[in-house]
Amino acid sequence: MRLSYYPGCSLHSTAAEFSASTEALFQALGVELRELDDWCCCGATSGHSLNGYLSHALPLYNLVLAEAAGDDLLVPCAACYNSLRAAHSFMTAGGEEAADLNHQVAAALGRAYQGQVRVRHVIDVLADPGVEQLLKEHRRKDLAGFALASYYGCLLTRPPKVASFEANPEQPQLMDRLLTLVGGRPVAWSHKNECCGASLAIPQPRLVEELVGKIVTAARRAGAQAIVTACPLCQTNLDSRQPAGSEALPIFFITEILGLAVGLDATPWLKKHLVDPRPLLQQQGLQAVS
Amino acid sequence: MAAQQVVPSPHLVTPVTKLSGQPVNRCYQCHKCTAGCPVTAAMDLMPHQVVRYVQLGLEEDLLKSKTIWQCAACRTCISRCPNGIDIAAINDALKQRALARGIQPALPEVAAFHQVFLASAKSKGRVHELGMMIAFKLKTSTYLQDVPLGLKMFRRRKLRLLPEGIKNRQRFRALLQGEKGGQQ
Repeated sequence: MRLSYYPGCSLHSTAAEFSASTEALFQALGVELRELDDWCCCGATSGHSLNGYLSHALPLYNLVLAEAAGDDLLVPCAACYNSLRAAHSFMTAGGEEAADLNHQVAAALGRAYQGQVRVRHVIDVLADPGVEQLLKEHRRKDLAGFALASYYGCLLTRPPKVASFEANPEQPQLMDRLLTLVGGRPVAWSHKNECCGASLAIPQPRLVEELVGKIVTAARRAGAQAIVTACPLCQTNLDSRQPAGSEALPIFFITEILGLAVGLDATPWLKKHLVDPRPLLQQQGLQAVS
Repeated sequence: MAAQQVVPSPHLVTPVTKLSGQPVNRCYQCHKCTAGCPVTAAMDLMPHQVVRYVQLGLEEDLLKSKTIWQCAACRTCISRCPNGIDIAAINDALKQRALARGIQPALPEVAAFHQVFLASAKSKGRVHELGMMIAFKLKTSTYLQDVPLGLKMFRRRKLRLLPEGIKNRQRFRALLQGEKGGQQ
């Protein structure tokens, strides 16, 4: 199995450990990732907020590159994933605006979009029966009932018609299934897909602290020892803006937990976290190989 | 506004429907959007009111509202709307209309964030997070906000000092030139 890989801007900077753990995990499973050559920013929330043209043109640029490369496109960042899916939907729905845009993009890139790229998120690919089987075969370490709250945030399941790979976008289950597969114990909780405030963290840090506080409190109330995310911005917000008072919960990326379970050295990833998860892992007898 | 009598005007619903791509007129005010919205506490108009105000043509109230900038674009509203209306997309159309008309955003720091983000993406083809945050601080004079956090991230090498750009600038610039009459 081979996939094109679109890391996006965050995974080259604030969430470098999400990229590193994704690449290492897929390599361990024998799935080849080829980073899309010369990809550009997807525009994310700011793109669709202020600029209708760029909100479609930026992700489309990357879709055209991916179509030329020929494989399915793996995207770990929830915002990138959402914006690429939205652009794909916009283009395949047809209409005059989409045709105009395709014309512009073809003039820039020498190639129009045919609508053939399958944009897939990391969770979706990992829960694919074939890949799940590989995960089973590569398990080296059992998480021994580690109580984890899987947290989806917004953009992996919403809007459902554009983004969701889950059977029920209001009650997503695949992350829980992956955690169970490696011996973790996913908790049932109330804030699995509540918003963390996303990019409002920069202009409105107080508001995001409130939202993060509610999410972390709910996870703790459900008995979770840590939260598992699959979005760079969710992880950054939860990792950096927990209210003072109670001991902060470590915030993992799903690829870090699965990487640990297949026996990879997680230390270089975990060292980058603001809430150091290593003491908890040690307590659980799961410390990263060093 | 709610206390006064309103004479409905259809002038807003057509352009907002077109710009947002949303079937604004389908809304029958069930309030499911408002019930699920995570940021109503910080809003001056509730999400269902945004749709109603567009139908009624109350443009000034909308363009000067905090709500259009406060929306986190979490898409909970569209996920639950029985009429398939994406209010985040309506808020985007209203933000763009407000800027095009030169109306000062009610939450200037949110507008400033989106502007510096896009400027960063457009200049190098990829966003440089550290550079974007510095530009945000200069634009909003929030020099001290989040400085300890920034230092922590810096120490953990989460912030790249130098921007990383795309190689084929010419191709990227040609894409940007395709834009006609958009906001920055």
